[in-house]
Amino acid sequence: MRLLKLVPEDTNIQFLRWRHVAMAISILMIIASIALVATRGLNLGVDFVGGQSVRVEFTGQMPKIDEIREKVGAIGLGEATIQQFGSDQAVSIRTALPEGDKTAADRAGQQLVAGIQKAFPTAKTGSVETVSGKVSGELLRTGALSLLLAMVAISIYIWIRFEWQFGVGALFGLFHDVALTFGFFALTQMQFDLNIVAALLTIIGYSLNDTIVVFDRIRENLKKYRKMEIIPLLDLSINETLARTVMTSFTMLIALAVLLWVGPDVIFGFTAAMLLGIVIGTYSSIYMSAPILVWLKVGPDSFIPRTTAATEGAERVTRDDDGAVV
Amino acid sequence: MLDFPRWKTIGISIILLLGVLFSIPSFLPEKQFESLPGFAQAKVNLGLDLAGGSHLLLEADLADLEKTQLANMEKTVRAAMRGDRGPEDDIAIGELTNANGRISFLVRNGAQLDAARERLFSVTQGAGLTGQRDWDVDVVDTTRIVLTPTSAGRTQAVANAMDTARDIIDRRVNALGTREPTIIREGDDRIVVQVPGLQDPAALKELIGKTARLEFRMVDANADPNEALAGRVPVGSEIVPYAEGEGNGAAFEVLRRQVMISGDQLLDAQQSFDPQSNQPVVSIRFDSAGSSTFARVTAQNVNKRFAMVLDGKVLSAPSINEPILGGSAQISGSFTVASANSLAISLRSGALPVKMEVVEERTVTPELGADSIRRGAIAGIIGTVAVLAFMIAVYGRFGIYANIALLFNIGLIIAIMAAFNATLTLPGIAGFVLTIGAAVDANVLINERIREELKRGRRVFQAVELGYSEASRAIFDANITNVIAAALMFWFGSGPIKGFAVVLTIGIVTSVFTAVTVTRLFAARWLHKTRPTTLNI
Repeated sequence: MRLLKLVPEDTNIQFLRWRHVAMAISILMIIASIALVATRGLNLGVDFVGGQSVRVEFTGQMPKIDEIREKVGAIGLGEATIQQFGSDQAVSIRTALPEGDKTAADRAGQQLVAGIQKAFPTAKTGSVETVSGKVSGELLRTGALSLLLAMVAISIYIWIRFEWQFGVGALFGLFHDVALTFGFFALTQMQFDLNIVAALLTIIGYSLNDTIVVFDRIRENLKKYRKMEIIPLLDLSINETLARTVMTSFTMLIALAVLLWVGPDVIFGFTAAMLLGIVIGTYSSIYMSAPILVWLKVGPDSFIPRTTAATEGAERVTRDDDGAVV
Repeated sequence: MLDFPRWKTIGISIILLLGVLFSIPSFLPEKQFESLPGFAQAKVNLGLDLAGGSHLLLEADLADLEKTQLANMEKTVRAAMRGDRGPEDDIAIGELTNANGRISFLVRNGAQLDAARERLFSVTQGAGLTGQRDWDVDVVDTTRIVLTPTSAGRTQAVANAMDTARDIIDRRVNALGTREPTIIREGDDRIVVQVPGLQDPAALKELIGKTARLEFRMVDANADPNEALAGRVPVGSEIVPYAEGEGNGAAFEVLRRQVMISGDQLLDAQQSFDPQSNQPVVSIRFDSAGSSTFARVTAQNVNKRFAMVLDGKVLSAPSINEPILGGSAQISGSFTVASANSLAISLRSGALPVKMEVVEERTVTPELGADSIRRGAIAGIIGTVAVLAFMIAVYGRFGIYANIALLFNIGLIIAIMAAFNATLTLPGIAGFVLTIGAAVDANVLINERIREELKRGRRVFQAVELGYSEASRAIFDANITNVIAAALMFWFGSGPIKGFAVVLTIGIVTSVFTAVTVTRLFAARWLHKTRPTTLNI
């Protein structure tokens, strides 16, 4: 049986030749993303800003968004944010919580559901979420904190397992991925909620997978080809791992595309974020994390001063763990 | 690396077998699942976003708790100063105030100051581990005693109140007869209530949000309502508003501060109907101490009015036509059957020691949940089949090995989740998909490495061996970083993120096991048996 090969054998693409251009584009994209977040802002869900969100599904003819807005406005809970949600028969209606005591917020929730039911008898409320300002503030803080900590902790791990230049490279790549994902959410105004933080953490983990595979090969080649220039060595490492990179990204894209296409609406944003994250995560491990090693002057000597003891130690750790798995 | 001693082969086989066995119950329909023997009845729980139901996060009103704590201490102080050996044992006190978070009073006879302190010492308790007491007792200006709660005392009071509140909420939710509610404390002052399959969250909130502090107090007949409104309330009385829609025109009553009898002396409460008006009411029965107090008070106050006060609102204020001796009474108000029933449950389960407020609510209807899980499952199956087919197309025999390992991986994840009674949420399904991706990645790494080594001219045996050993390093590092991310998600995340982190962590462990060890076992057995000289990979 002839097997399928996504990437021809012995590729020799000079990835690093484009590093300046790629870096310029990436930095521009990062700046654009930050600018987008700053100007348009994120469409934060009730998880992070507090308020209530009701998912309403219509059977039969769906009323116009304007009509829904008008009727919801008449309930008297202030201006509502109304968005198409998943299928074209469902919307999510978001209103702010009334100021004052918490029982008022609670009453407002029931008021909203009752009001919708009255205005649209055929509508069904599928889910109701109410988050008070205090809790949403906490969720926002802990969400941001976990993102930040994950990035730092992972970089420290890379630094310990490799060298500090690799840690910096990884951190930079992660920053790139996270910034661009934020930019994407600011651009599309898709709802940014707690699930998206989980998606971001996953993107970080996945992007790291890619980066580590490339870094691991770079480390191996640095030891193998002591005399080679750094740029051809990086190119060689990326080419050698290219088949794996393409293959893995492709299978992940298949799984996620299916999830995006037939999966539940509720995780649409989540899946979209991951899909995007995989593309930019793959790009960043080739064009962000690796070129930084050139500027930080990684060479064969980066692994020498501690003689072979350190690397052998590292080797033994993996073997042990390999054994422990059995 | 390709040597598998017999014990290892057997060990791996046992783990895989257990994985398959323990994952089976989760796939069985409800009926068959229940016919299983008890030890096998472990399955993956579905989160509320999948099964439908309500999630409520309640937060204690700590200011209210402190107020109650002070009020209780005030009573304790009065009782302690009264002494238990008759009037000659009393310590005369005055100017007792309860404000600004402390209690302060005057000991009239300076000679009794030490005795007063002695008695207070016996009513305060040790709190915390440092030997601190729950109240500080200070003497100011030689005659005034000031009691302030210590921080350890406050912490302890909150902890006790939260434990009691949890138990009471548990009793109330269970009285609803829903299946398997989860009620757990979270943090210092919060309680999470999760009720799967619940249709009406409003009723649930009504039920558990009620403090249910019931008091019977006398109406102050001497007070003039107009005077009271102008701020001139008789000493020892206060204005108490009527609950919404009650009072037939009157907005409030002037009630004596002293509580004749309170809800904690109830033996039982049931929803019933008033025989005369046929309106829904709540019938209550007092315990023996409560009965005798109630009998005495009603006998002394015939033709006067008393008020039933619930959570600081007057429900009704009937007049006492005759002494009530049997120890039972009716609470009337404008109830519906449902609201009377909910009040009865609340009274039966006891008053919450602290006011609780709903600060977060997430409700998903069962239909939406069922739709989500159906579409999630379809996506999972299509995605898995596509990936399986793709792996075979690209790696042939080694792709098949990877696929078998992948299926075992799915079984193992479900088995472990079932064993730990973990909950599968919607993001959890995404975590599942991601795990499968990671497992595939590990095999891609290994197989690509084998290809590479073959290309370099190594023999089949050596190429496979090197493929596994060289790829393991990157697989290990990549998975550790994912565990770091998952651990942080678990610690800092809440709700859906936690569920995602759990699936991810379990998945990382099982996928490394199946993708590396299990496929290696298959490969080793095949290599030893056929000793191929070429490998199509």
